[in-house]
Amino acid sequence: MPAIRLDRLVKRYGDVEVLHGIELEMADNEFTVLVGPSGCGKSTTLRMIAGLEDVSDGEIYIDDQPVKHLEPKDRNLAMVFQDYALYPHMNVAQNISFALRLAKRPKAEIDAKVREVAGLVGLTDFLERKPGALSGGQRQRVAMARALAKDSGIFLFDEPLSNLDAKLRGQMRAELALMSQQVEKNMIYVTHDQIEAMTLADRIVVMHGGYIQQQGTPEELFKRPANKFVAGFLGMPPMNFLDGDIVEESGAAFVAGDGFKLRLPEAKAAAAKAHGARAVTLGLRPSDLSYAEDAPADAALELHVQVSEYVGAQSVLLCQCGASTVTVEMNSETPMAMGETLTFAANPDRIHLFDRQTEAAI
Amino acid sequence: MSIARVNRLSPYMFMAPAMVIMAIALLYPLGYMIWGSFRDWNPSQSIGEAEFVGLKNYITLWNDPNFRESIGVTLRFAFFVVSIEMVLGVGLALLLDRDIRGMSVLRTMFILPMMIAPVVVGLMWRYMYHPTIGTFNRFLESIGLPKVDWLGDYALTSIIIADIWQWTPFIFILSLAALQSLPRSALEAARIDGATPWQQIWHIKLPLMMPVLIVTGLLRLIDAFKVLEVILVMTNGGPGLSTEILALRISRTATEFRELGVAAAMSNYLLILLLLLTVAMFAFTRIQEARAARVRAAAEEAS
Repeated sequence: MPAIRLDRLVKRYGDVEVLHGIELEMADNEFTVLVGPSGCGKSTTLRMIAGLEDVSDGEIYIDDQPVKHLEPKDRNLAMVFQDYALYPHMNVAQNISFALRLAKRPKAEIDAKVREVAGLVGLTDFLERKPGALSGGQRQRVAMARALAKDSGIFLFDEPLSNLDAKLRGQMRAELALMSQQVEKNMIYVTHDQIEAMTLADRIVVMHGGYIQQQGTPEELFKRPANKFVAGFLGMPPMNFLDGDIVEESGAAFVAGDGFKLRLPEAKAAAAKAHGARAVTLGLRPSDLSYAEDAPADAALELHVQVSEYVGAQSVLLCQCGASTVTVEMNSETPMAMGETLTFAANPDRIHLFDRQTEAAI
Repeated sequence: MSIARVNRLSPYMFMAPAMVIMAIALLYPLGYMIWGSFRDWNPSQSIGEAEFVGLKNYITLWNDPNFRESIGVTLRFAFFVVSIEMVLGVGLALLLDRDIRGMSVLRTMFILPMMIAPVVVGLMWRYMYHPTIGTFNRFLESIGLPKVDWLGDYALTSIIIADIWQWTPFIFILSLAALQSLPRSALEAARIDGATPWQQIWHIKLPLMMPVLIVTGLLRLIDAFKVLEVILVMTNGGPGLSTEILALRISRTATEFRELGVAAAMSNYLLILLLLLTVAMFAFTRIQEARAARVRAAAEEAS
């Protein structure tokens, strides 16, 4: 399977530069997810790899071959589009076999291939139907089957699940994860949904404003975000950010702000000292706060509980800490009274610090 | 009158003014024409004075070789102009469906012929076709080729060319609109699937444009049966009957031969022909809608 390398990839629309020198390598059989908010350049990057957008500067290498000047059809890749992009006048079998028919493969081979991929995505009973007579989920399967039938080494997904309703999306996500284990392909998947990114990816590439913010395994990005943007983008509910200052008292380092003062563990304290910045942003995931009445004051936040959002086994508490809002995720069984000020222990090993100026992790 | 009854009648009361106008403006003249077609009627008589002759006008026409020749000319004219205009119009639309500099100016220029009054088009082409001082023959002469008797030996071809010049833009703009409303992503998918530009046109663009193209073609066909001014100005039906299309023959029968009854009967033949075409067009849209409804129902069942 081919490896893909993006070399200082730049995209300009007129005078506006939307991608600023993207450097990225995707290894064999890797499921790479490009994730970021709308307008971050992730779809543009994917469409440039596909050959649907011109490259303004830089080069794309597939198996060390530059492909910038090749037509999409000469890049040996398959793509699944957000709106499925099925051919409305062809039935499912014709949609799936279109590329093979254009390639003038023998009819028996085409029929066998159509049956094989239709079986893989569960469409065997629908081969005669036109796309208009299929539900959203089925159309999505046709799009996948069509891409699978091509036998190309690279599989591109452009937000393939975002037109589906929430329940179907979860189901298709699971099927996609299963499929990616079964077929050995280099997959690049674009989404704005961080849950899709976390669940599907071997490697996540977080993009923002036309730059790559960080890349790594889902766990790496979740546990050690490189900056405040990545920390806030991955994880649901999102990380809490509280502005504070580093203060040293009697040999220990604290981060103190409006309504809190937390002792930093030694490793963090040393890192903060080495970094030198005083003005920081404290990052705490909602799941790293837990209700503990007797926690020591320098390891806990005093939070005024305002709203509880019940979401089943877990509840999300919206609380006030000084002037900022802090969310806490906790077991729904814990009895909780609204309007009270309670003590929540912060897991000291999961404290994140960001330079308030550069927003880089400390 | 009970309130329920008033309520039931109120929609008709609101429709009444429109119905009256339609009756006066549409049904009355139409009825007048049908009624007149059963009479031996000349312009100096009122319709009441004219003698009732039953189907005589229709039978005479049916057996009249000149009328048949006229229908033949009309059919040939309509067939050639519509097929050539469709090929050219769709071809131009496929060529010009792209973003290059100055394209909007070019598109506007392409649709200019359609905006010119048919009489002016007729005059213009008549002078260009003129045997001695016309543009075409002067050009042929300047490069040493023999002159062509455009409006003589090749009269039908010449009026077909003029009509194509004027009406290709109509098909062009409708095709262009159809092309630009095609799903972009399906075309991108075809590019990734390995379709060359020709294959994209043949396998994706044309099939998806087809509903628009069929309606456009029918509209042009109906129009081509009724064309009058351009031919009247260019050839007045001549030489002989070679360009005397039906609309022209009707106008001459009424004005030159003063046979209003025969002219009315001829109009009715034309009307029947056009009615058949219109019914075909409606039937096509109905079949399309029925198919769409069936597809929707199937989709709802499936989801």
